[in-house]
Amino acid sequence: MRRFSWFNATSLTVGFVFLYLPMIILVIYSFNESRLVTVWAGFSTKWYAELMQNTAFLDAAWVTVKVGFWSSTLATILGTMAAYVMVRGGRFFGRTLFSGMVYAPLVMPEVITGLSLLLFFIAIDLDRGVLTIVLAHTTFSMCYVSVVVSSRLVSFDKSLEEAALDLGCTPFDAFRSVTLPIIAPSVIAGWLLAFTLSLDDLVIASFASGPSSTTLPIKIFSAVRLGVTPEINALSTIMIGIVTVGVITASLVMKRNVARQKADELRAAQG
Amino acid sequence: MRRFTLIAIPYLWLFALFVVPFLIVVRISFSYYELSIPPYGPQLDLSTGWDGVKAFFAELNWDNYAFLTGDDLYWKAYLSSLKIALIATFLTLLVGFPIAYAMAKAAEEWRPMLMMLIILPFWTSFLIRVYAWIGILGTEGYLNQLMLGIGLIDAPLTILNTNVAVYIGIVYTYLPFMVLPIYAALEKMDDSLLEAAEDLGCTRTQAFWLVTAPLAKSGIIAGCFLVFIPSLGEFVIPSLLGGSDTLMIGKVLWEEFFSNRDWPVASTVAVILLLILIIPIILFQRNEQKQRETDG
Repeated sequence: MRRFSWFNATSLTVGFVFLYLPMIILVIYSFNESRLVTVWAGFSTKWYAELMQNTAFLDAAWVTVKVGFWSSTLATILGTMAAYVMVRGGRFFGRTLFSGMVYAPLVMPEVITGLSLLLFFIAIDLDRGVLTIVLAHTTFSMCYVSVVVSSRLVSFDKSLEEAALDLGCTPFDAFRSVTLPIIAPSVIAGWLLAFTLSLDDLVIASFASGPSSTTLPIKIFSAVRLGVTPEINALSTIMIGIVTVGVITASLVMKRNVARQKADELRAAQG
Repeated sequence: MRRFTLIAIPYLWLFALFVVPFLIVVRISFSYYELSIPPYGPQLDLSTGWDGVKAFFAELNWDNYAFLTGDDLYWKAYLSSLKIALIATFLTLLVGFPIAYAMAKAAEEWRPMLMMLIILPFWTSFLIRVYAWIGILGTEGYLNQLMLGIGLIDAPLTILNTNVAVYIGIVYTYLPFMVLPIYAALEKMDDSLLEAAEDLGCTRTQAFWLVTAPLAKSGIIAGCFLVFIPSLGEFVIPSLLGGSDTLMIGKVLWEEFFSNRDWPVASTVAVILLLILIIPIILFQRNEQKQRETDG
């Protein structure tokens, strides 16, 4: 606190203006009457109405949500398993290769991941569509999930699991009734992260999609290459709104759960 | 048995969908372009079983590598990607450090809120965050309007479709990756160290360089790698904000694949890009390892 000078205050202000102003401008101009996006011509919601009529965008949005739901669910299951194996799995044959495979996709450039998956799908003669995008998204997001979940697994007290085993639980029961409730916040966070990554992905989806399965980012990308349009501003505003509400709700819920869990642990320790 | 299944499922998934596809890319980088479907040869013939796989991997052709090293378009693209990624990383550090520093100095009850404000844009669509700058940087964009309006410039500046726009785009989208590790390193810092340095006769600037900077070092290194590694293979930012002369390897690979339909050359571009990336990735891993050891 001692050194919170004008310099620090300026850095924070300038930093946050830089981070938020572009999106605020986007939101404001989505309510612009004029088609000319840089000239303000009065308030209007007509671009939202027009967006709702645009079936191409709505179809793409539906494909995106479907892909996001399935890939993040699969990624959460696989990623939690991978995290458990890495933290609690002990030694097994090919462990180094395993952790390499979990971390490598995180640093792999998207263009390479996309290209390699596409060449793979063609080599095994799998038609490109929703299924191939789900497979592609699951593969890279499960790695993010496993990083999030394993950081929680590392930090929690292993003796709780051991106690459950000593009291006669099978390893699966111990996982379900002791480990899972404790790591649940990180599993949920992992799911949300995987879902966002999937909704957001342009490059890998472009490689993995077929003509009948255009996702929203692919659609947006081809539209914005031609410049700024008010419809895309409106669409962006809706997406920013959903994310903001989602993230704030999730963090409030998580805060409450963490507080409750801490209280429980404290009570358990005292009792 | 259960343990075996638990290990086998994620293991096989990653092996089949990450390692095998990558081996195919490596193999196709040694193939030749052919007017066929798929457009390369020799092709994998699974109908003959294991012999087909063996034949597929037996015939290697180094022509693409010779072509890439011989053609200066590719050299220039790799070098210019490296240059853009380096400059952008440095700029991100310049912008990110003061933010991280100020966050670490803020009152404790404010910090979770500030963290949230840094992370929130990261959850918003990357594509939309890049798109937002098209409207700002264009010749008739908000920035030019503002500067013309207050009389700072007489004629609109060309920023969009230049490398400057690419730098702005990278700094903007990767800023959280720089701020968070530096903040994490500085947050642990004990303010009494600075007081001690000043009591011992350091000026504030000296105390900064002697105490704060070394403590922030691991965070700075981590942040720089987290920005540098993804921006090297970046595709979206150069193709939306950059101009026709912005040469970045991610864009070259994309065009080689989608426009020229030369899959073997695209694969070769990918393999070489990865070879270049291995060095920073290993250095990053080392830094993380060292950090874990000093923390633990």
